Amino acid sequence: MAYSDKVIDHYENPRNVGSMDKEDPNVGTGLVGAPACGDVMRLQLKISDDGLIEDARFKTFGCGSAIASSSLVTEWVKGKTVDQAMTISNKDVARELALPPVKIHCSVLAEDAIKAAIEDFKKKRAARQAKAS
Amino acid sequence: MKLPIYMDNHATTPLDPRVLEVMLPYLREDFGNASSRNHVFGWKAEAAVKKARAQVAALIGASDQEIVFTSGATESDNLAIKGVVEYYKTKGDHIITLKTEHKAVLDTCKRLERVRQERLDELKLLRLSQLAERDVSPEEVAELAAKHDLENDATYRKWAELPTGGARVTYLDVEQDGRVSLEKLEEAMTPKTVLVSIMLANNEIGVVQPIARIGELCRKKGILFHCDAVQGIGKVPFDVEAMKVDLASITSHKMYGPKGIGALYVRRKPRVRIAPIIDGGGHERGMRSGTLNVAAIVGFGHAAELARLEMADEAARILRLREKLRKGLTDALDMTVLNGSLEHRLPGNLNISFAHAEGESLMMGIKDVAVSSGSACTSASLEPSYVLRALGVDEELAHSSIRFGLGRFTTEEEVDYVVKLVVDKVRKLRDMSPLYEMAKEGIDLKSIAWTAH
Repeated sequence: MAYSDKVIDHYENPRNVGSMDKEDPNVGTGLVGAPACGDVMRLQLKISDDGLIEDARFKTFGCGSAIASSSLVTEWVKGKTVDQAMTISNKDVARELALPPVKIHCSVLAEDAIKAAIEDFKKKRAARQAKAS
Repeated sequence: MKLPIYMDNHATTPLDPRVLEVMLPYLREDFGNASSRNHVFGWKAEAAVKKARAQVAALIGASDQEIVFTSGATESDNLAIKGVVEYYKTKGDHIITLKTEHKAVLDTCKRLERVRQERLDELKLLRLSQLAERDVSPEEVAELAAKHDLENDATYRKWAELPTGGARVTYLDVEQDGRVSLEKLEEAMTPKTVLVSIMLANNEIGVVQPIARIGELCRKKGILFHCDAVQGIGKVPFDVEAMKVDLASITSHKMYGPKGIGALYVRRKPRVRIAPIIDGGGHERGMRSGTLNVAAIVGFGHAAELARLEMADEAARILRLREKLRKGLTDALDMTVLNGSLEHRLPGNLNISFAHAEGESLMMGIKDVAVSSGSACTSASLEPSYVLRALGVDEELAHSSIRFGLGRFTTEEEVDYVVKLVVDKVRKLRDMSPLYEMAKEGIDLKSIAWTAH
């Protein structure tokens, strides 16, 4: 399968690979996909108390498109507010990377990973607030 | 050393330059039709084909008259299976094969099952029309069949036992090491079994089947034995007499000959009959019509001769390189799994899973090396290999497997390069893999509620 230059670039020079402390109350972790399906994406977002995404890290098990999709979204979400990040859709990712139809699935995972990470952060914050009150 | 490195010799092998040399005259001045009996052009072509036929026969311990040239192994598999089913349809209609066979065998079997099912559906329609005393439409069949209980209808049951032109097929599981269990094979045999089709060596995992023992069992039961010998021929010993094989598919381009030419071995004593699937001028004793591809046949013959003469030395050399590759990878990397038996395996095959590093991604990282992914991710389907699944390989591991195929032209230098490159890339991918991190932390990946999709 011929990949676009952008996919190859992200595959060879992945941005923001790594892990953050899952226990940090300001870190939201999204883990999506399944090993049996051949793709697992973990996206972690460090979010300030006023909802600004300060940092992002990913780790991905999957094909080149999956790695590129997750690498790309870490770049995109940084500096955005949580609400802005929630508007990133898989179509944006697929278009930017020129993913072949059979790999659209990878962009869906990337979108899901953002949503899962933000949801995790919101849950943590709600729990913290419940404790505080 | 030249890049890219070719390590996909199960897919195809390069043409040996010595083979090309003997082919060239037959693409230039000696272009005759081997069936032309009236002039020297024809005679020369015929003589060249005769020699090649003997060379191919000698490689598998057959006689010249038992070699039927075809366009390749897919055609040979089709001809053997469809040919036997058609010819022996009054004797029986049951085939036994393995879940790990090549698609050329499996898809042929599936078509024969469809043919039988279509015929049964027609018969059902006919019988229900009789019973209902009116024309029944296909939509009404289910409803009426329940009412009339065709399974216990003597007339329908008699009809259903008539030859359909199709077949019933048993797809046997293999053991964990990829080999067939002879007990299970014997259990699957019925009085209606006309054919067993089992490959010599698997194209993905290189596992070699106990062909002589299968042949022995089939002969004892009076069942024909077809062996798709494509991947193993010229690499491990194969002798149709000693192994009691009745039909064998072989192809030239997996043994350093040209593409587009293959053969089907069809036993003469005891005589095996097959119905042709191509009609025409009655070439190849009526079993496969079509003007012979003389230059390709000459190349095939020479490739077979080289394989016969050089097999022992070549196998030893390739095995040494394969073991160097295997040890190089497994010594440097943890969590690797060899797929299929190590002992009963083609010398040039290494199919290995690198847990938590995805196969397609790994191939992308080692693009200077031509290998194949055990997972079929590069094709339209995202399903992992059916062969690995049949061995019971975990789906995640099936997605993490790579097939290396070493061959006649693989060098030690290439192996060293590949070890270094693969180790480096697997480590890089694992550093990026959430699964590897979790496994290292001792988290049981099976305990996680994954979002399946």
